Amino acid sequence: MSKARDRSSNQDGAPVVPFAAQNNFGPPPTPSAFARTMSVFRREFAAYFATPVAAVFIVMFVAIAALLSFQMAGLYTRGQADLRSFFQWQPWLGMFFMPALGMRLWSDERRSGSIELLMTLPLTTRDMVLGKFLAAWAFACVALLLTTPLWITIAWLGEPDHGVILAGYIASAMLFATLLSVSVCLSACTRNSVVAFVLSVAACFILLLTGFAIVQDFFAQWSSKWVIESVASMSAMTHFNGLTRGVFDARDVLYPISVVFALLWVNVLLLDWRGSK
Amino acid sequence: MDTLDVLIQATGLRKSFGTLEAVRGIDLSVARGQVLGFLGPNGAGKSTTMRMLTGFLQPDAGTVKIAGVDLATDPLGAKRNFGYLPEGAPAYSEMRVEDFLAFSARARGYRGADVARRVNLAVARVHLEPCRGQRIETLSKGYKRRTGIAQALLHDPPVLILDEPTDGLDPNQKFEVRQLVRDLGKDRAIILSTHILEEVEAVCTRAVIINRGRMVFDGTPKELDARVPAGVAHNRLDHIFRTLTAVNSKERA
Repeated sequence: MSKARDRSSNQDGAPVVPFAAQNNFGPPPTPSAFARTMSVFRREFAAYFATPVAAVFIVMFVAIAALLSFQMAGLYTRGQADLRSFFQWQPWLGMFFMPALGMRLWSDERRSGSIELLMTLPLTTRDMVLGKFLAAWAFACVALLLTTPLWITIAWLGEPDHGVILAGYIASAMLFATLLSVSVCLSACTRNSVVAFVLSVAACFILLLTGFAIVQDFFAQWSSKWVIESVASMSAMTHFNGLTRGVFDARDVLYPISVVFALLWVNVLLLDWRGSK
Repeated sequence: MDTLDVLIQATGLRKSFGTLEAVRGIDLSVARGQVLGFLGPNGAGKSTTMRMLTGFLQPDAGTVKIAGVDLATDPLGAKRNFGYLPEGAPAYSEMRVEDFLAFSARARGYRGADVARRVNLAVARVHLEPCRGQRIETLSKGYKRRTGIAQALLHDPPVLILDEPTDGLDPNQKFEVRQLVRDLGKDRAIILSTHILEEVEAVCTRAVIINRGRMVFDGTPKELDARVPAGVAHNRLDHIFRTLTAVNSKERA
């Protein structure tokens, strides 16, 4: 039966060449780095939607973001047409939600053994790391975009500064990228995704916390001013707050970009090192 | 042996995990048209060797060339030339069979209609039609294994490396896979690991037995059979296997 099918044509109408007739092993395609990365991106992005993860994540993210801004921060009762009460919660939301997105990226591959399959495909480690990170980030950005009805509501009720709100969204996307790169990197360190989640939340918490007065006070007791400043400048929070105020400072943009690139590079090294161990 | 047709060439492969020497110097060359049965007791270093041949593990020493391309200096080039079925046929369990194969095709650089063509070919080759739209996690062991094999031969590679392709299959499925391997082996170089000795007789043109990280036998299944001492009538291959892989194997030590 299959022989008869082989000789005919497939659904697309393209002639199907039987395997046995293809023994010249024509040169295999040599895709560009971009095409290779996108093949990983595509699979990972679709993987979120293959399970209830996507629905649960998006519904919870949007619901909690709205709840926090209305109930806890009084988006309406403040009497000001802006989204500051929404953005001020983003770091804390991201601290839990980004590790939830990133935790399975490598740990699941290692647990199920599919990493052996992935690593023996003609892809570089960089293609895989970048593809996975971008898929998770794209998914986070979709969730973020779904909160824009808040923006529309505010615009309808008052006259907000749209530039500041846009800056807030860009800052949130960059903050999420930073937190995700932490979590993707830690996911490569364990085959247990729960461990990856807990470690990532802790790491994200520390990354955010160094921007707070309580930590800076601790340093202030015994160290010099530049130590305090450099600790504060290490914090994702400091740079996030800078951007959400709508004040453009190159350092606030360079910070997330450099953290992301550094951590993805560490991720590549970690995976290559495992192969040689 | 025509040197041009040596498709798998491994020299001096070594690998240790901590203090455990898993592979202690293995040289292997497999030519087009050969189906090499890779035998050995559990823990002998079969999977470790295959993982080094496919670049999943980096050897501590030694080189691997696939179809003439050095795996260490041009990993992508070498990886394009083989298909690999890892032990236990791991796959992305939440994906549908055809999506999984399409991912493999795209990762290998096929685009547009080529992706569908490659997937259709591979599905037809291992008779996966009944479950091509099913999620991999819902497949039976036999179909899951076939999905892994389909993924390995999707790009029609000159080299196939199959780690226990018939493990856990029922006799009918084993028969089918063996027939497929024999068929594919006519114009490819294939390494398959197994610990079922009849499999070697059934499909392989060459048998290699390793024990504790070293090669203890390399020859045709006939030569292996010839080593059985006179008087052993039953389980002849089992007998020679046990002799060769006894704990204090002195062969080639």
